[in-house]
Order: sequence, then C-alpha cells, then structure tokens
Amino acid sequence: MSDNQSPDLFGQTPSQTVGPFFHYGLPWKGGADLVGQSDMGARPDLIPEGHYVLNLASPKGPVAGEVIEISGRVLDGDGQPIPDALLEIWQANAAGRYASLDDAREEVPLDPNFIGFGRASTSAEGEYRFRTIKPGRTPGPGNSWQAPHIAIGVLGRGLIKRLCTRLYFEDGDGNRDDPILALVPESRRNTLIAQKIDGGYRFDIVIQGEQETVFFDV
Amino acid sequence: MDVIGYHHEDAGQPPSLSPAYASTVARSPRQPLIQIPHTLTEVTGPAGVWDKLMGPSRADLTRQQKGEPLGQRIVVSGRVLDEAGRPVPNTVIEIWQCNAAGRYIHKKDQWDAPLDPNFTGAGLVVTDAAGAYEYTTIRPGAYPWGNHFNAWRPAHIHLSLLGPAFATRLVTQLYFPDDPLIEIDPIANAVPLPYRQRMVARFDIAKTKPNWALGYAFDIVLRGRDATPFEGA
Repeated sequence: MSDNQSPDLFGQTPSQTVGPFFHYGLPWKGGADLVGQSDMGARPDLIPEGHYVLNLASPKGPVAGEVIEISGRVLDGDGQPIPDALLEIWQANAAGRYASLDDAREEVPLDPNFIGFGRASTSAEGEYRFRTIKPGRTPGPGNSWQAPHIAIGVLGRGLIKRLCTRLYFEDGDGNRDDPILALVPESRRNTLIAQKIDGGYRFDIVIQGEQETVFFDV
Repeated sequence: MDVIGYHHEDAGQPPSLSPAYASTVARSPRQPLIQIPHTLTEVTGPAGVWDKLMGPSRADLTRQQKGEPLGQRIVVSGRVLDEAGRPVPNTVIEIWQCNAAGRYIHKKDQWDAPLDPNFTGAGLVVTDAAGAYEYTTIRPGAYPWGNHFNAWRPAHIHLSLLGPAFATRLVTQLYFPDDPLIEIDPIANAVPLPYRQRMVARFDIAKTKPNWALGYAFDIVLRGRDATPFEGA
C-alpha cells in the first residue's frame, strides 16, 4: 500500500486537528503577550507538575507603538464557548513592517523587540486574550494600502484544519479602502471589526451560525 | 505591491465539515470561505526566530525526565519540502504525543491507562539547510475516545509546522504502517484516499539504529509558491 514515501503520492501533507490535548505541546508561557513578560496564552492548569517543558517567553525591550489588549470568545454553532481552541496571530509592527525575510522594505523600520507572532489558548470559558501593539498599514495588491489588521488562525478540537480570519479595528485608519475588506459582502464585514472597549478591543470569533465570522481561503 | 503567493489547498486536504468526526459538525463554518489574493500579510511569517518564541530544540523526547520512558524507542526522520520538492530549511516542527500506553500527560485525559513519569511527550526540532530533521521518541499507543461506540484512535504523533509564511501553516498527524485502526478512524479518514496515505510513515531499516531504536521515514510537504506575482488591480 502506498505511504508517505510513495513518489506517486507526493504532494501537500494533509491537515489534521490539534485535538484536545495540545496544551503541553503548542502554547508557550507568554505566547499571547507580544510586548511584555507575562505568562499569557498558556494553560499550566492543564499540565501536571514536572511536565511543563514549554518555553518561557524571552525578555523583550520596549516595543514601539500603542499597546492594546485584544480579547474575545470563540463560539461554536450552538453558541457554546470553545474551551479547547488555540488562536494564532500574525501582524506587522507599528510602522507597518513584517519581521520576515519576505518583507524586504528597508525604508520601513523593523522593531528589534517585536516579532508579531503570538499564540493563545482559550480558557475554560472559551475566552482568549492577547497583548500586542496596534499594527501600522501595509501594502496591498497593486497600489492599494491595507488598513491595520491582524491575521488570525483558529485551531482546536473539532477543527480538522485551520480557519483563517482577520481582525480590523473599529477606529482603524483606512478600513473603507481596504482591498481585502472590499471582497467581503457588506452585510458580513462587521464580523471582522473589533469593537473598542476600555483598555483595548473586543473580537468574538463565531465558527458557525448567526453572525458567523468571515473566514478566508488563504 | 505585488507579491508572489503560495498555492492553495490541493485535493488531499480534508473538508472542515467531516461528520464522521462528530465534533466538526458544530465547529465548521456554514458560509463559504472568501477567496482573497495573497498580500504581504499571507506571504510573510516569523521565520528564523523559533528559539525566541518556542525555545531551544528538544529533539529527544526520551531524555526529558529523570529516567527512561517505557515503550518502543523510535527515531523519526525525513525532510520538510515544498510542493516542487525543494527543501524548506530552518523551519520549526513542534511535536506532541501520548505515551506507550496511549495516555497523554494532559489533565483532561482521564482514560484509565498508566501515566509514565519519565515521559512528557512534547518536543521541537528545526530543519537544517537541506530541510532535514530527526527526533527520538517512543512509539505512542492507541487510545479510546468518545466519538462513537468503541472508537479508538490509531497510534499517532501530532506535528505542527509554520513554514516560511502565514499561508504555509500546517498541523498534521503521523500514523504508523500496518495499523488496522487507521481504516476505521474518522480523523484520518477525513482525508480522502489515496491522500490519507501521505500521513502514514514508512518503516526503514536503514534509518533504524542498531541496538537502539526502530527508524521511520516521514517527509512533510508544505504548500509551494506560485511562479509569478499576483497581478493586483
């Protein structure tokens, strides 16, 4: 029978769920804190004494930009919170530069203290929380400019593959001209807009049903 | 700014709604995904800073505690490639699994199989310049789960890769050859045949370490990149 090494089967390795027991394999302490030294993002309560082998976030210097907290709930098709989801974020720094070899725009400064990748497990109540900075605008296709946004991947038990969405800001500069938001039917755009609350932004992710979050074919 | 995008899913990727895996029913979208062109956001990623994020390499899962874990010691090795067969160097693979008896150290795993104080089951390796990796662990056991009557997961190792870009993210599971549970597992079979078999490792006597550990070959293929930039409006 054919297997992983069969030349005639060569192609993308299929996606599989992270399952319910990823908490000692993926989210490191501080994974959800992109600017500070807290242990946000991990669930040490789910890991027995002596088995916590995951990283502690390394010390960071001061990060340029407006520090914000983003929080919300991840909900399933029955409106129930999902306690075993994992969110990943990827974003530009405050100047709009990605800390990536594939963003070679030297005229836009890198921030040596900011990577822009984070991970957060949801709590028993299905809540997540990130601390980060508000990203700058980044180029879109052609001569367009994207509004400040954060790319989000949703993983979890029952998710056989990652779901991808984007978070935009209620008070973001350029939402009206954003080339990706323009591809979303107007009636559903609100599912991608984080609402300003005291100390940050609120952004629920609804996997299915009324107010279902827009997910992208990335 | 026009960027060179990555390929989209091929025919071997499972649908989000795979009803035989019951949890997908309420955890899959009902609206169609919206197609977007890849922008700088999708073609960039945190490459090369793994140690700052996830910490240093932990490639031997049998030496994380005081003593040796119980079970069959194995070495898994292979390469991370793109769809053109080019190596993906310096990319991280995160690994987690249950012990030889089929039990995870996770507190929510309450199945009545023994925990092994000498086995945690979480590791991390980074590919070398040729895209090659190797890790040592013990062969995980099968375990029952609540999906349906008498449901058992085939032995598997969870693998997580970021690759060079947001678009290349992959989480998968490695299965073992000749495991009869694969045929009746709703998670593995969410992937249609023949593609499901891409996740089945091959036993390899050449990778087997004499007097030490059985060897398995497993290559991981991430999405490849388009030849030309997306033409923006």
